[in-house]
Amino acid sequence: METLLSIKDLTIDFDQGKRFVRALHGVSLNVARGEVLGVVGESGCGKSITWLAALGLLGSKARISGSVRLNGQEIAGAPENDLAGLRGGRIAMIFQDPSSSLNPVHRIGRQIAEALKLHRGMTGASANAEAARLLDRVGIANATRRLREYPHEMSGGMNQRIMIAMALAGEPDLLIADEPTTALDATIQAQILDLLTELRRDSGMALVLISHDLGVVADMSDRVAVMYGGRVIEEADTGSLFDSPAHPYTRGLIAALPDIDGPRRRLESIPGTVPAPDQLPPGCSFAPRCAIASKICDARVPAFLPYGEKQSHFAACIKCRGGAPTETASMPGNKSALVPA
Amino acid sequence: MTDLLRVNDLKRHYEVHVPEGLFGRKASLKAVDGVSFSIEKGRTLGLVGESGCGKSTTAKLVLGLIPATSGTVEFAGTPVTARHDAQWRAMRRRMQMIYQDPLGALDRRLPVITQIAEPFEIHYAQMPAAERTDRAAVLMDSVGLRPDMAMRYPHELSGGQRQRVVIARALALEPDLLVCDEPVSALDVSIQAQVLNLLDDLRERTGFAALFISHDLKVVRQMSDQVAVMYLGRIVESGLPEEVFRRPQHPYTKALVSAIPTPARRGKRERIVLEGDPPSPVDVPSGCSFHTRCPIAQASCRNAVPQLVASGGHAVACHLVNAGATPAVQAAE
Repeated sequence: METLLSIKDLTIDFDQGKRFVRALHGVSLNVARGEVLGVVGESGCGKSITWLAALGLLGSKARISGSVRLNGQEIAGAPENDLAGLRGGRIAMIFQDPSSSLNPVHRIGRQIAEALKLHRGMTGASANAEAARLLDRVGIANATRRLREYPHEMSGGMNQRIMIAMALAGEPDLLIADEPTTALDATIQAQILDLLTELRRDSGMALVLISHDLGVVADMSDRVAVMYGGRVIEEADTGSLFDSPAHPYTRGLIAALPDIDGPRRRLESIPGTVPAPDQLPPGCSFAPRCAIASKICDARVPAFLPYGEKQSHFAACIKCRGGAPTETASMPGNKSALVPA
Repeated sequence: MTDLLRVNDLKRHYEVHVPEGLFGRKASLKAVDGVSFSIEKGRTLGLVGESGCGKSTTAKLVLGLIPATSGTVEFAGTPVTARHDAQWRAMRRRMQMIYQDPLGALDRRLPVITQIAEPFEIHYAQMPAAERTDRAAVLMDSVGLRPDMAMRYPHELSGGQRQRVVIARALALEPDLLVCDEPVSALDVSIQAQVLNLLDDLRERTGFAALFISHDLKVVRQMSDQVAVMYLGRIVESGLPEEVFRRPQHPYTKALVSAIPTPARRGKRERIVLEGDPPSPVDVPSGCSFHTRCPIAQASCRNAVPQLVASGGHAVACHLVNAGATPAVQAAE
């Protein structure tokens, strides 16, 4: 598949006054045209800042290095004017809390028209008509009346639909959705996820879905990247990742999730907490919490290598290195010891 | 076994002002509108529902933090009222609460050990200070906090550790009932599992009963002996978690259960997607309040409010289900 966006060795250091703290340690990710890439991880793992940095949205306190290519063209460190055209145009982004992304003192119609004017040069009646069409597209009934309302007159789910409508205004190739349904109720979440799937099917845009919810990511994504401590520690197609997770952290996350079907079991919790960005251990950053870690894990940061027979499954773990599952099975503390019976 | 907590037809209505016309109008917001349940000693009732369905208001009513409009709450045979007199304070010793946001529930200016020892200071004023600290240290140990964390302030702890502090404090007086309002919603998955396991272990050890409130069906199923599903201030379905979540009867529960994405269900598109948003509790629809979003609603659903009808411990408040008409909605298996 043709690569749409390619992030290579992206590192981010935040200026803490006296020193810089590295929050992202060389992240490489690709998004193909029309693909859904799920990004999971716990708070502070760097899943959001990766994409904010790619779009140049992190501000002057962040020092960014690495490369971000959109259709082969370098956009990391591009002039602000060029980026402004890309943001909302080629790449759109929606966030967790729609009501804080919308301007409370402007009508919905005006805010959507603003995006249409910026990215498609539409004004006046044509912009209004297009705004109404977009609202209709995201499943809001009575579009012309709704355009005259303010964000506070609508529910959270409606506001998220409006954010999606604004994101669609620029007809983007890539939509980055950062926890798009976390603030919404279960039945509204189902509506928004269905809407995103439908829009993607119709327009063929690629989607990056950032979420802490493994269920949402499993449901929506073609491919999943798991992040921990500012690195991607595992990446695979959705099937492999959930059926045969390689990294102990990924396995731990899946085992820590309560089920809705099947017999009730005691949850497998991962001991300890996520280390602070300035207190990462020397080697594998998951080693202090890992059940199968040994001395060699502290020696150096494990490389991101293929796992198993599939060429599309990668993991950064010395213990599951070597590739073929037969080799991993012979290791002490192997996979079968970790997966709950 | 005897019921520790008995809640009967509990209602809480708020007078609100709705902007409408020139002067607006007065309306009544029915946050909780006729809820009945009971919790046996040592058992856990899980309460699920979406935001605004009245879960948290129910929790506050149960503890007598706010007065009920009508209905009764009985704790160990004694009525709980919102009159904060000596009797209520004595009762509160045996009923404790855990909130969603541990940072908001803790005092930022006190070291955590002082906060864990505070219940002793309030309820056992004659206890020597040294004994208070000793007891607090034992509690810290029992919730998995290291002794060196005792003198730390809340901001120096992680979210999971803070929630442990709150749990330790709530358990200090060995309560009979613990009301947990979204205790793990603010925590990451791996930490969430730690806290849920901890609550499970503590319950086994100390035998407290719990009212466990969450919007997350998976978490509620994990923790509860009984569950009740709320919609717009009423319980629409209740029973054993296995029954309610595996064979949901009420169309709302069916939709709710089918809407949960889980890794195991991936790719299987059998979600029932409800149209629209839940109505505002100010304008609760007539009859069955779910009829505006219900995929199987009939004209008759608008007329009468359905009552919870139990058959074999599984109770449903739906005219169609209770009349034996098999709903056409596919249950998520």
